[in-house]
Amino acid sequence: MLNAGADPRPPYRSYHEWYAAQDPANLIAKSRDAENIFRRTGITFNVYGHEDQSEKLIPFDIIPRIISGREWRKLAQGIEQRVIALNAFLDDIYHKQEIIKAGRIPRALIEKNPAFLPEMIGMRPPGGVYTHIVGTDIVRTGEDQFYVLEDNARTPSGVSYMLENRETMMQMFPELFYANKVRPVEDYPFQLRQSLQELAPPGCKGKPRVAVLTPGIYNSAYYEHSFLADQMGVELVEGSDLRVIDGKVCMRTTLGYQAIDVLYRRVDDDYLDPLTFRPDSALGIPGIMDVYRAGNITIANAPGTGISDDKAIYSYMPEIVEFYTGRKAILENVPTWRCSEEDSLKYVLEHIDELVVKEVHGSGGYGMLVGPTATKKERLEFAEKLKAKPANYIAQPTLSLSTVPILVKNGVAPRHVDLRPYVLVSKTVKIIPGGLTRVALKEGSLVVNSSQGGGTKDTWVLED
Amino acid sequence: MLGRTANGLYWMFRYIERAENIARLIDAGLRMALTRSGATDGDWDGVLQSAGMQQAFLEEYEAVTDSDAIDFMLRSRNNSSSVLSCVEAARNNARMVRTALTRETWEATNEFWIDLKQLLARKVRPQDMPGVIETIKRRAGLIRGAFHGTMLRNEIYNFSRIGTFIERADNTSRILDVKYYVLLPSVSHVGSSLDNIQWESILRSVSAHRAYGWVYDAVYNSANIADFLILNGQMPRSLHYCYDKIVSNLSYLEREYKQRLDAHDTAEATLRLLEKGSIKDVMDQGLHEFLEDFIGHNNRLGMQISEGYRFY
Repeated sequence: MLNAGADPRPPYRSYHEWYAAQDPANLIAKSRDAENIFRRTGITFNVYGHEDQSEKLIPFDIIPRIISGREWRKLAQGIEQRVIALNAFLDDIYHKQEIIKAGRIPRALIEKNPAFLPEMIGMRPPGGVYTHIVGTDIVRTGEDQFYVLEDNARTPSGVSYMLENRETMMQMFPELFYANKVRPVEDYPFQLRQSLQELAPPGCKGKPRVAVLTPGIYNSAYYEHSFLADQMGVELVEGSDLRVIDGKVCMRTTLGYQAIDVLYRRVDDDYLDPLTFRPDSALGIPGIMDVYRAGNITIANAPGTGISDDKAIYSYMPEIVEFYTGRKAILENVPTWRCSEEDSLKYVLEHIDELVVKEVHGSGGYGMLVGPTATKKERLEFAEKLKAKPANYIAQPTLSLSTVPILVKNGVAPRHVDLRPYVLVSKTVKIIPGGLTRVALKEGSLVVNSSQGGGTKDTWVLED
Repeated sequence: MLGRTANGLYWMFRYIERAENIARLIDAGLRMALTRSGATDGDWDGVLQSAGMQQAFLEEYEAVTDSDAIDFMLRSRNNSSSVLSCVEAARNNARMVRTALTRETWEATNEFWIDLKQLLARKVRPQDMPGVIETIKRRAGLIRGAFHGTMLRNEIYNFSRIGTFIERADNTSRILDVKYYVLLPSVSHVGSSLDNIQWESILRSVSAHRAYGWVYDAVYNSANIADFLILNGQMPRSLHYCYDKIVSNLSYLEREYKQRLDAHDTAEATLRLLEKGSIKDVMDQGLHEFLEDFIGHNNRLGMQISEGYRFY
């Protein structure tokens, strides 16, 4: 919030003035109110393996993270460029594979990748869009220095928190929204439904019927699935509700089976169709891939998009962006060592105490080593894993992430954050002005994942 | 609407209804213990029977004591019909059908569960029992209020109501069936204090001991009590009233869906019987036989509904 001279940075000026006039005890009380709102509404996520407290709240910090309009414009341009490149990349690797032929990406990295689906080769989804919904993770290290941390082109989650955080802030501090011109995020569900409908299969007549596919109430993101279905005004379905009838995917209603045109699925590729992928999946719909290939349903995001948020592919994103857009990437990648390459592996092993080492296919902050904060024993153990399967890992420097203030017992204190703006792709690319700010609540920590004790904040993009 | 959603609504409301009924039975049991010097554990045996939990209880405990019986009915995780299990099941169903509920209805259900989990985290002390029962009844009332005040009168409403009344009819008929011998004219000694207490406890377990006085007489009479709980169309827990509601909600669905199912015939036939029958007919047939028949029909109706509307 403050710059080096202890003055508020420009976007925070008005907020800072308000904050200075607040009674700290009152803010702490408001903070508890917010928690109650979340608990009552049931905005929870499930943690696997906790018998008793299987539903948890994500801690919410009431101090907003504020981004100026100027900062946002740069980010938005960079994200748009990246998302266009991602879709072009996916189309290419499942068709002509020009990027491989041009020698920019090793063939093995694509074709041996478990996220690459041979079933998608030669298949073009309706409208040519593979990733309908993207949540790009961005960190900031300096006034004008942003890095993309991950692309999350598979099934980015967390958008319900973006919406509920804003809702809660408007309920608790309406006066702040008079004093600050904050760009709205509330129409996300409406825009999502519109963009999903826009990409209905070409043969679909009348208004396309959309449904959200969830693994069920025990899934960690179930709240979000039901929230989005509710806000969009579409059915929330499970695999057991669906069946393929006469070449269409249909849902079992009280009046019989009705066809679905667009399925926003929150079920992983592997589980989508037991006839094509994992035969033991009870979450999917037998035969849906045949319907898909016949062009009778839109699946968002398309199966096989996961390959583009693989961490090994990530390291090639600057090349990918340039290859498909003809321009240098506006947003930078974090420098990344691919441990599959001998020189890099050597470097990583020598500098393991300075680096963050991540599993290529991992997510959620699991299976990673944060060198500077790990114990010697942890580092040694990790080095062994690394040597055993180098291609499974990448390494990145620990960035000096920017901090934002959070409310603590004695006022405010700085904590590291990242930012996940949400992008909708249909015939156009729409970026919602805002996003999910995740914050590492432990002092000094760099891990923002909710499964690892991270919290969230409302994110304001100012109109300027 | 999805068949699974209809199923979720139906069961959500069945479980809420059941939770409330179990709490009421405990209340009646407590009351009985208070109004008699030296209450016996045999009273609780009767309460467990009315709740349909006697067998499950005896699988876990060797003998019936008041404190074990209450704990089993209130908070046992091994008892799928304990108040805590019911509210948890209701809430899980509510989560599943979250998109069909108004925010108010969902929040009232979620808060019930949050409160109850805390309230029943450990065994309830006798002095806290009235407060706990009160909270359960009040919380269930809040869900009902939110539901009636905010939900559209559409298919969602119909399936929820059908669940409520199938469960209620089942509960009322079971309470009567367990105590049917108390109501038989041949065995009852009119006016004896034992009978009065037994009869009052039946009325109390359906929250009807005051209403009875308004409708009938200050004096308990077995035929009147049976009439009240089976045939009286104004008494909201009577079988007649339950079927009135079931039939009217099924008729809405029939009109809305332009589709008539076996369930419609079954429900209407039962309603006709309850409308036209007299308590003398019921007693002549044999109260126990009548109730056994009724419970069977009520179950069959539940199955016809879940098949006809593709719950699974």
